[in-house]
Amino acid sequence: MEKETLLEAKDINKYFRKPVLFHVLKDICLEVQRGEFVAVMGKSGCGKSTLLYILSTMDTDYDGELFFAGEKLTGKSSFELSKVRSANIGFVFQFHYLLSEFTVLENVMLPAKKLGQKTYAEIEAAAMAKLKMLHIDHLAGKKAYRISGGEKQRVAIARALINDPLILMGDEPTGNLDSYNSENVFQIFKQLKEEQGLSLLVVTHDNDFAKRTDRVIYMEDGRILKQTPP
Amino acid sequence: MSSWKVVLGIAKTHLISKMKSTVTATLGVTFGIGAYITLVSFMTGLNTMLDDLILNQTPHVHLYNEVAPSQQQPAYLYRDFENAITIVHSVKPKQNQQKIHNALPIISYLKNNPEVKGATPQLRAQIFYLSGAQDLGGNLLGVDIMEEERLSNIQDYIVEGSPRDLKNNVNGVILGAGLVKKMSLQLGNRIQVRSTNGSTIPLKIVGVYQSGIAEIDDVQSYANLSTVQNLLGEAKNYITDINIKLHDLKDAPQFARRLEHQFSVKAVDINEANAQFETGTTIRNMITYSVSVTLLIVAGFGIYNILNMLIYEKMKDIAILKATGFSGTDVLMIFMSQALIIGGLGGILGVLIGFGLSTVIDNIAFETEALPTITTFPINYNPLFYLIGISFAMISTAIAGFLPSQKAKRMDPVTIIRGT
Repeated sequence: MEKETLLEAKDINKYFRKPVLFHVLKDICLEVQRGEFVAVMGKSGCGKSTLLYILSTMDTDYDGELFFAGEKLTGKSSFELSKVRSANIGFVFQFHYLLSEFTVLENVMLPAKKLGQKTYAEIEAAAMAKLKMLHIDHLAGKKAYRISGGEKQRVAIARALINDPLILMGDEPTGNLDSYNSENVFQIFKQLKEEQGLSLLVVTHDNDFAKRTDRVIYMEDGRILKQTPP
Repeated sequence: MSSWKVVLGIAKTHLISKMKSTVTATLGVTFGIGAYITLVSFMTGLNTMLDDLILNQTPHVHLYNEVAPSQQQPAYLYRDFENAITIVHSVKPKQNQQKIHNALPIISYLKNNPEVKGATPQLRAQIFYLSGAQDLGGNLLGVDIMEEERLSNIQDYIVEGSPRDLKNNVNGVILGAGLVKKMSLQLGNRIQVRSTNGSTIPLKIVGVYQSGIAEIDDVQSYANLSTVQNLLGEAKNYITDINIKLHDLKDAPQFARRLEHQFSVKAVDINEANAQFETGTTIRNMITYSVSVTLLIVAGFGIYNILNMLIYEKMKDIAILKATGFSGTDVLMIFMSQALIIGGLGGILGVLIGFGLSTVIDNIAFETEALPTITTFPINYNPLFYLIGISFAMISTAIAGFLPSQKAKRMDPVTIIRGT
């Protein structure tokens, strides 16, 4: 398969200014190919999540350059970034972060409604399909605060996938799941990569999870320590 | 377009799920606007009533012959004293007739003037009411009663009988309420009236007049113009006063000056006659406006508070929305639409409550000696107040909502997700 760079970060530096000046990310260079499954590992506080937030365009307070599908994202307005994010990047957090007053189905449909490229009926069908794929279609009508933690996480994944993004980013998406659900999520990710050519960039603490990905990036103290395979 | 639907959908869900806050915020607006409408309707109603009390009884322009000394004393005209200081002691008013010269032509001129709504002749006579051994001094006003009814709302102050009764009864009189009481008379009784030149005629009481001002009610009565002319032994053109009502009150001062010049009579316009009334009205209006503005501002702060709270509660939702591709502007719109929905609902409810309370006040009995025609509290149902109420509800919620919404727009999702 021909390699095509989807996401590229050049010399990313990031500082926390409060409470004291702290250099979190040091000269990070990173590429993610189309259809590649990348895991990021490292100890707590090494800057994994911070990096992920920058790569996901949510955090714009950094030095360096960020490219997505050949397009430079650094310096774009938050409005333009939110468009890119809406159409191309799916995000799964460590915690589910669902809108608790909305039903599961509404939560999943929301990003697609925002994107506004499909009709309501199409979005609803797509959302149901995603829920079915994650085996939680029976929860569709429930309010988000009424379902279990594992279920919430899967709803969050469904929501991240609703716009058929080019890349799915996860900040410890399996961190709060039991091994059965964890395995389930991994299989879903793998299937998405193989069938739809989805790129995946996942921060994880789970060694078993990381081992089975295409590439693992190890981070320590704000630097990329090593990559396997290089 | 679809973006709008989504934004409104989220706003709706937020409002419904936080029913308590929504209801509190809406009620805040409702009571603010309701109180504003009630207060303004009531206060302007009272103001209008008080204004009318004066305005209805005061002609816009009043023509009469003033008793005054001559401006040009003969000594001033004497050539020999031209360069001297002339001092005239003991100046007396010049001898002058009380009637307005050429009154009937003046009236017909005025009636044909397009600026004039109407002009009525009056004959003011000093008379005595004879009641047993007592002679009560007073005024008898000879009027064209049907014209008075048309121009000065005199019928509002006739508490018994009607203007038409006077019209139909040549020797009728509408007696002041104070006089009726003093002389223990009633409708249908006869009263002897003597003029200053000694002639006496009996008049039949066909009505009772109560202006609410005791000084007037104790001395003044109305009779037909011809009756008073007969009493005084004067001709048909003997008229002492002409009351003019204009189409536009504002023209009164200028119109008065013109008439004064044209007919060489004294012309007093309504502003001159009621300078203190103007001041009273201005101050009452100032109080009304300051109180209502205060009310509206208090309501505005309430709205700001509650929206601010609402947004702090929704901090996490904002981060999620932003992470899933909603722009800052979308988030701003979500909260602005919530603010405007609260403002709109609260405003409409407030207007309804204001209208309800106004209606209640309008039906509360309010009877006073001074105002015979008023039986309930006066309310001014000016649609403008309702329009202002709704607009203010919308504008103040928009402003109150904008600041917190702006904060939500700028909020960095990462800081919230990180939990710092």
